[in-house]
Amino acid sequence: MEALLLSIKLAACVSAILLLCGIPLAYWLANSQWRGKFLLESVVALPLVLPPTVLGFYMLLAMGPRGPLGKLWHALFGRRLAFTFAGLVIASVIYSLPFAVQPLIAAFENVDRKLLDASAVLGAGRLRTFWRVILPLSIPGVVTAVVLSFAHTLGEFGVVLMVGGNLRGITRTVSIDIYDHVQSLEYAEAGRLALALLGFSFVVLAIVYAVNRQLGRRTGRRLWTLWAAR
Amino acid sequence: MDTVGGQVNSAALTAQVRKERRDSDTPFVLDVSVEIPPGITILFGPSGAGKSTLLDCLAGLVQPDAGQIAIGGDVLFDSSSRTNLPSQKRRIAYVFQSLALFPHMSVEDNVSYGLTHLQQQERRARALEVLAAFRVENLKTRKPEEISGGEKQRVALARSLVTLPRLLLLDEPLTGLDAELKAAIVDDLRAWNAAQRIPILYVTHTRDEVDALGERVIAMDHGHVVSAGTPQQVLDAPRRKRLAQAAGFENFLRGTVVDVREADGVMRVRLDASACEIEVPLGYAAAGSRAQIAIRAGDILLATEPPRGLSARNVLAGRIVSLDQRGTLMVARVDCGVVFTVHVTPGAARALALAPEQQVWLVLKTHSCHLVDD
Repeated sequence: MEALLLSIKLAACVSAILLLCGIPLAYWLANSQWRGKFLLESVVALPLVLPPTVLGFYMLLAMGPRGPLGKLWHALFGRRLAFTFAGLVIASVIYSLPFAVQPLIAAFENVDRKLLDASAVLGAGRLRTFWRVILPLSIPGVVTAVVLSFAHTLGEFGVVLMVGGNLRGITRTVSIDIYDHVQSLEYAEAGRLALALLGFSFVVLAIVYAVNRQLGRRTGRRLWTLWAAR
Repeated sequence: MDTVGGQVNSAALTAQVRKERRDSDTPFVLDVSVEIPPGITILFGPSGAGKSTLLDCLAGLVQPDAGQIAIGGDVLFDSSSRTNLPSQKRRIAYVFQSLALFPHMSVEDNVSYGLTHLQQQERRARALEVLAAFRVENLKTRKPEEISGGEKQRVALARSLVTLPRLLLLDEPLTGLDAELKAAIVDDLRAWNAAQRIPILYVTHTRDEVDALGERVIAMDHGHVVSAGTPQQVLDAPRRKRLAQAAGFENFLRGTVVDVREADGVMRVRLDASACEIEVPLGYAAAGSRAQIAIRAGDILLATEPPRGLSARNVLAGRIVSLDQRGTLMVARVDCGVVFTVHVTPGAARALALAPEQQVWLVLKTHSCHLVDD
């Protein structure tokens, strides 16, 4: 059960960070007129197509003692980054980035432009328009972004294996633990964990779908578009 | 401009705007110069004339390529000095055709959205005051989706006027309402503006609204102002075909000028595809040149015997092709070599016992024939 709790903790951290970073990034991507925007869009979407091992491999190099991220981390905190929980969080944030950013972009773009014009002529600046009009009307998209990044992080395997290693209580997440048990032919233990993960995931998704349905009734829109994108 | 105790000293809007749009299939250039005094001015023209683009430029939602926009002495936009006040600083109210009420806020929150600079208590008082002026204070806790179309239009007007703007832009805000409801809302708008006296620019493409709102009309087509004046001046003698169609002219006839009688102020035009000639007011045309004439179906008299002793110069013999009732109107199609559309009342149709195939005579007054350009 230690591994399951670790996975939940990791997913919660990653979702929170992605929410904070994803909102400004998605707002910028939804509104920018910059000609080179497609380049950044491609970078954000890369984890959708790259095998987790490739992404994990590059993250491992970057986080290693001689990698740029690893060096920076060491300079800031005096510790190594590879094979730590913090390293795992950073890698997972990159890995789940499109799952948070894409529903947010869709939600922001879905807000009627005339409402933004109305807000401007009523004297509101861009920040106030964002907080009072865009964000409240994008709540279903925000919920989708959080749920998708949480669920995606909970289920990840390849990236964790590459950058986290397999340290009990630090980087051994539930998916790694299950794999280990199966390798050691401990099918009963693997089955127990797999069932716990299945049950937990189902309950979380059921709650979110129910909430989204209620929100959808109130705001007249639902944004589950990205489930189909994977 | 000063705001003293809620009273606003009104000032006229002056704007010279040039804006090129290349994004659509047909390139479009808006190039107008207008002056809008306090009170209601109607901006009239067919769809695609550039009315909404002009409003967007005035509100700062679209940046003109060149020009100057000022209210009184306060410059909002000036391409020569690179002045461009953002929308939120212009103090211009804009009611969109879609109204754009915030769907997640109550009516009261919608109305007080533009009042953040005020204390909570003052904000509430002002919002309730304007809601009362537009007779919707009982809806303050409702969401926009829970109120009717007419109520939404009232709330949208209240929301934009509560900020005491210097100019009000209305982009067909009352479409889809019946005439009575429309008139009631316009009365409330006039009552509100009696105290404020700000310029109001009201966009429409329907003739009925122009007649109901009166005062001044600016007619636009293809991105240009084509005429300005009272509704009678602008709409009863439109100079362009598209405008004439929008203003309710049903008959368009092409022909060739055969004779110009300057002393009489008239010229004779031979209609294409028929031998008949009609007399029309003198225009800028020489004998032999082409002309297009617009005539309202309601301006044509219909007789069942050859009329005699008339002042009207144009009498054409023809035959009724069809006769249809549309509401309280009989629409007759009469073939005089060219087919005319003629409106008569159902009572007149009965009294004259009009029927298809019947021989009739059409009488056109010279000054009911308007020369128009394409």
